[in-house]
Amino acid sequence: MPPATEIVTLMVNGDRREVGVPGHYTLLEALRYGLGLTGSKQGCDKGDCGACTVLMDGEPTLSCITPIREADGRRIVTVEGLGTARGPHPLQDEFDLHGAAQCGFCTPGILCSAAALLARSTNPSREEIREALSGNLCRCTGYTKIYEAVEAAAARMRDNG
Amino acid sequence: MAKSQSDFHFIGKPQRKIEGLEKSSGRALYADDIRLPGMLHGKILRSPYPHARIVSIDTSAAEALEGVHGVVTGRDMPTTYGIIPWTPDEYPLALDRVRYVGDGVAAVAAVDEDTAIRALDLIRVEYEELPAFPDPVSALRADGSTPYVHDAEKEGRNGNVTKHVHMEFGDVDGLMETSEVVVEGEYFFEGTTHTPIEPHCAIGLWQPDGSRRDGLGEPTRDERGDGTGADSGPRTGSGKLTVWSATQVPHYLHRELARVLDVDPARVRVIQPLVGGAFGGKSEPFDLEFCVAKLAMKTGRPVKILYTREEVFYAHRGRHPFHMRYRTGCDTGGRLKSVDAEIVLDGGAYASFGLVTTYYSGQLLCAPYAMPAYRFDSTRVYTNKPACGPKRGHGSVQPRFAFEVQMDKLAERVGLDPVDMRRINFIGENTRTVNELRITSNGFLECLDAVERASGWRDKFRKLPFGRGVGVAGSTYISGTNYPIYPNRMPQSAVQMQIDRSGRVAVFSGASEIGQGCDSVVAYVAAEELGVPLEHVRVYRGDTDFTPVDLGAYSSRVTFMLGNAAIQAARKLRQMVQQAVAEEWDVKPGEVLLAGGRAMWAPDTERQMSTREAFNLAEAKFGTLGARGWYDTPKDVHGDYRGGTIGASPAYSFTAHVAEVEVDVETGFVDVKKIWVAHDCGRALNPVLVEGQMEGSAYMGFAEALMEEQVFKDTDHGRAGLHDGPSLLDYRIPTSMDTPELESLIIESIDPEGPYGAKEAGEGPLHPSIPAIANAIYDAVGVRMDRLPFSPPAVWREIQAARGAGTLRKPPC
Repeated sequence: MPPATEIVTLMVNGDRREVGVPGHYTLLEALRYGLGLTGSKQGCDKGDCGACTVLMDGEPTLSCITPIREADGRRIVTVEGLGTARGPHPLQDEFDLHGAAQCGFCTPGILCSAAALLARSTNPSREEIREALSGNLCRCTGYTKIYEAVEAAAARMRDNG
Repeated sequence: MAKSQSDFHFIGKPQRKIEGLEKSSGRALYADDIRLPGMLHGKILRSPYPHARIVSIDTSAAEALEGVHGVVTGRDMPTTYGIIPWTPDEYPLALDRVRYVGDGVAAVAAVDEDTAIRALDLIRVEYEELPAFPDPVSALRADGSTPYVHDAEKEGRNGNVTKHVHMEFGDVDGLMETSEVVVEGEYFFEGTTHTPIEPHCAIGLWQPDGSRRDGLGEPTRDERGDGTGADSGPRTGSGKLTVWSATQVPHYLHRELARVLDVDPARVRVIQPLVGGAFGGKSEPFDLEFCVAKLAMKTGRPVKILYTREEVFYAHRGRHPFHMRYRTGCDTGGRLKSVDAEIVLDGGAYASFGLVTTYYSGQLLCAPYAMPAYRFDSTRVYTNKPACGPKRGHGSVQPRFAFEVQMDKLAERVGLDPVDMRRINFIGENTRTVNELRITSNGFLECLDAVERASGWRDKFRKLPFGRGVGVAGSTYISGTNYPIYPNRMPQSAVQMQIDRSGRVAVFSGASEIGQGCDSVVAYVAAEELGVPLEHVRVYRGDTDFTPVDLGAYSSRVTFMLGNAAIQAARKLRQMVQQAVAEEWDVKPGEVLLAGGRAMWAPDTERQMSTREAFNLAEAKFGTLGARGWYDTPKDVHGDYRGGTIGASPAYSFTAHVAEVEVDVETGFVDVKKIWVAHDCGRALNPVLVEGQMEGSAYMGFAEALMEEQVFKDTDHGRAGLHDGPSLLDYRIPTSMDTPELESLIIESIDPEGPYGAKEAGEGPLHPSIPAIANAIYDAVGVRMDRLPFSPPAVWREIQAARGAGTLRKPPC
């Protein structure tokens, strides 16, 4: 990491973390290189691919084009924070069951986008799922297995209340 | 006698992938997630010219910059390499000449990326520009008055020709002459690139003392390198080189690193972390792997290089642009008589896999249809652009597009339904192609039946209203190649498997997991044969220090070869376990079943013990338990002619697609409504993974058909040789909103030599997407799309032309 010029505070996955970073760092760089949270991926570094998607105050956010100052004091959830100590988030488990992660590189970003969708819609249609994931490029699956996994996770979350 | 599905406990059923939760939880480690103590960051300086001589390079200012620990240029690695042993034509960094915009010239290692980037700006390179060859036409016209892309080996030969292949089987001219119907067409397949979401990344570690530790390669404090001895240069006599890389060919990388850097292969270790997509784009060594290794050797510190997305576009090695001309003749009943092809491949600046691509452009066309006579003449040409190489469906996707459109045109001429046209030309199973490839299992007819039925073809073809249409296409692909890239008589794939008193199975696999699921395949085999639950199987993979050699994840070879190797190893262990349990129970070994975590006596399954207890008995009887399994391909089952080995595979997969489209005649926009994909993969070892490959393939074919083009600026538009848009915004790959509905229909022909009857599924299902869409556009509006991609402007132009000619209408029945 280049020399740190400022300290920001992030509420990451429920933890309050202070991290010293160079002023030009993005949220993604702070997460990956400052905090060792390597689950969020860099695919393009330009906000085109969505692999870096995290939740900032609940909203899917492209962390690779989010200047770190904008994240200061905000609530961040990364793929590492979706599950709990008791087990993975239903989305994470259904992605595994449905083969929705092939190479897995886009998966963390897609899961964050999908988690935001399921937080606001308990029974999304296929069309709503497509739209919610339209900012996340997947090069392996053709998206079909991903839709099935999101639908299955939604059903499971409805069943579990 | 093939086993029926009910004979399996594990195989053939939906299963989780062994690393699935690791990936969905964010714990999975990819190359860029690895950070070593003391690690430096590298960057590569690249040529701004498509063709130029390097007059001089001055790195002194960069070296003097604070934070820079090492700079290397082509002079530090003056050995050519190339994935094909006969065509090594590139240097890790350009030596005297750059051949495309983006060719590497120098590399820097510094304390951080920012410093490395600043250092690149301080390197002074003096170039002498040379005339560039932007396309194959100009390259073929070259007369030697200006330097060829590569110097001609023989006098009088055009140095821009990489490879020329001319092959003829049967009486092509005679049968063409007597064909009642002949269709001739010119086709163009634009280049496309792989675009894995993970950019290439590599880390080099040099341990000067040649550590003999058995650890995972993390340097101890002594080995970290604290800068001392940084200038003393590598002691290659005793050091050990470790390279982590997002590669799909660790074995070939191992060989080339050793050769180019002059380090004994016994002291080179390649570690392949999980790979974030590859599709052929990581199947040969790249400059960054040599640079991290050399910079690590020079600086004594670990060095990482991560490509930017722009660099990934310039590294390329993707689909070759193909200029193709086909003449196809058949009789009045639609039976193929003669096929004649002439192909020019735009190769880019280096050979890459080009020798194979040139052969594949013709050799893989001879099924699933019988053709009594076939000729192809293929020429691969160097141009001053990033090198082309293998992309999913290597070398055979382009001719398949042209040929399946030809089939559609022939069917119309003879008045046959295009599905029937394909049926009557079916080559059959257990047969040979006209170019003498051995076909064993073949489920192509079932594939045709499946897509015809599922798509409602009979109610749609030529019957949908104007603007809507359906198209069909078929294809075949290899399940690996019978002959490896470098000639040798050693196994192509291998595993070592061990079981112990804990009840666990450990598999050491040389294969390359790139998302396709090969780690899971060996685990499924172990679970099936040894009766343990999946969570008791560990797969250790991707480290040349402790896994046996497998040649890599390419040519759809892995499930077939690795699966067979794993079955062999697991059965050796199973026999030992059965024997030990049989002795304990005083029964016959063949009566001992292993399934569901239990060992059972077949005549009375109430008599049972846990597999752990069974493994204990076996370990007590035989000592420490381990077994090796390996697979090598059948030899001498190909044509006895030069090039006859290329295209020879132990088994072929077969595919049929139907695509349904809606064409907007005002805008030229083609909306693909749905693609039905039927694929004969032999036995589907895990149907979920097979469907994933089918859907991913069809998606990628759709993308090439409608959206993607890897193109470069010519002299009239800005600087020649620059990529037209090296970003994921400009090079448009389909989002979820773009991708059509995909329906997978698995056809299982059960191959006699495949593992449990399996064949490939990773590449074959891509091929028919493109011609199926082209044929559907024709069915919709009567316009032939013979050039890719079918972008709105291109389709609109054809529509305008048809409108002018009065042919814009539903084609006649």
